[in-house]
Amino acid sequence: MATAAFFYLFAVLAVASAAMVILAKNPVHAVLFLILTFFNAAGLFILLGAEFLAMLLIVVYVGAVAVLFLFVVMMLDVDFAELKAGFIKNAKVGALVGGVVLAELVALFAFQGLQIAPAKVLAAATPSDISNTEALGRLIYTKYVYFFQGSGMILLVAMIGAIVLTLRHREGVKRQSIAAQVARGPATAMSIVKVPSGGSVIPAAKSKEAAE
Amino acid sequence: MSIGLGHYLTVAACLFTLGMFGIFLNRKNVIVILMSVELMLLAVNINFVAFSHFNGDLVGQVFALFILTVAAAEAAIGLAIIVVYYRNRGSIAVEDVNMMKG
Repeated sequence: MATAAFFYLFAVLAVASAAMVILAKNPVHAVLFLILTFFNAAGLFILLGAEFLAMLLIVVYVGAVAVLFLFVVMMLDVDFAELKAGFIKNAKVGALVGGVVLAELVALFAFQGLQIAPAKVLAAATPSDISNTEALGRLIYTKYVYFFQGSGMILLVAMIGAIVLTLRHREGVKRQSIAAQVARGPATAMSIVKVPSGGSVIPAAKSKEAAE
Repeated sequence: MSIGLGHYLTVAACLFTLGMFGIFLNRKNVIVILMSVELMLLAVNINFVAFSHFNGDLVGQVFALFILTVAAAEAAIGLAIIVVYYRNRGSIAVEDVNMMKG
C-alpha cells in the first residue's frame, strides 16, 4: 500500500515537473524543474530496487548535468522572452505529434498489442542474496568490462571535445610568464650607473617589457 | 492495488511524450531542446529499469548505466557547442543556424 502511494507520488510529481520544464518561461526555472524530475525518477528507481542507479541519477544528473545547464543558462545573456515567440503556433504542431505518439503508446498497452511476458532466457538473473550495488559491480567488472571501459572512453572524448571547443586564447591579455621571470638574473635585471652629483640619470631599458 | 510493469511504462511514455512536445514547443531555444532530450533519455532509462525489475534480469540496469554515461557526454558536448555558437553569433536561436547554407 505504501509502495503504491509512493509510486503515485513520484510518478505524478515527475510528470508534472517535466511539463513545467517545457512550459516554464524562465529557463532557470526550467532547469530547477528538471532537477525535480530527476529526483522523482530516482525515487521511482528506488521503488524498483535499483538503488545504485537512483544514486547515480542524483549524482550525475543533479550534481553535474543540471548544474552545467544552470551555468550555461546564466552565462549566456540571451533575451529568452524573444525566444518564446511562436510558442502558440508551435504548440499546435507539437500537440498533434505528441498526442499521436502518446495515443500509440497507450494503444499498445490497452489493446494488448504488446504481450509483456517474462523473458525465457535471462542474461544475468538478479541475485537475491547480495545488494543491488554489489550485484551490478560484479556484473560490470566481469562480463561487461569492455563496455565499461568503452563508456569511460566516451567520457574522455567528451571531456577533450568540450575543452577543445570552448578553450580560446584571447589576444591582448597580459599573462604571467614564469619562464621569463625565472630566467631573469642580476645581469639582465640590474645595471650600475654613474650619477653625476646634483643631476639625475634615467637608465637605458634592458628588458623586453620595459622596452615596450 | 499492486504496481505493475504497465504503471512504470505509462509514466515513461508520458515523460517521453512531454520531451517530444517540448522540442516542438521551444523550437527556438536550444537549451530547452537539450533539456527535452534529457527528459526523453530519462523515460528510456525508466523503461529499462522497470523491465529489469519485472524480468529479474540485471542487464537492463547495466544498459541504463551506459545510457546515463552517453547522456552526460551528450549534454557536455551540446552545451559546449552552444557556448561556442553564442560567442560567434551572439544568439542561440535555432533559426539563425544558417552559416553553412545548408
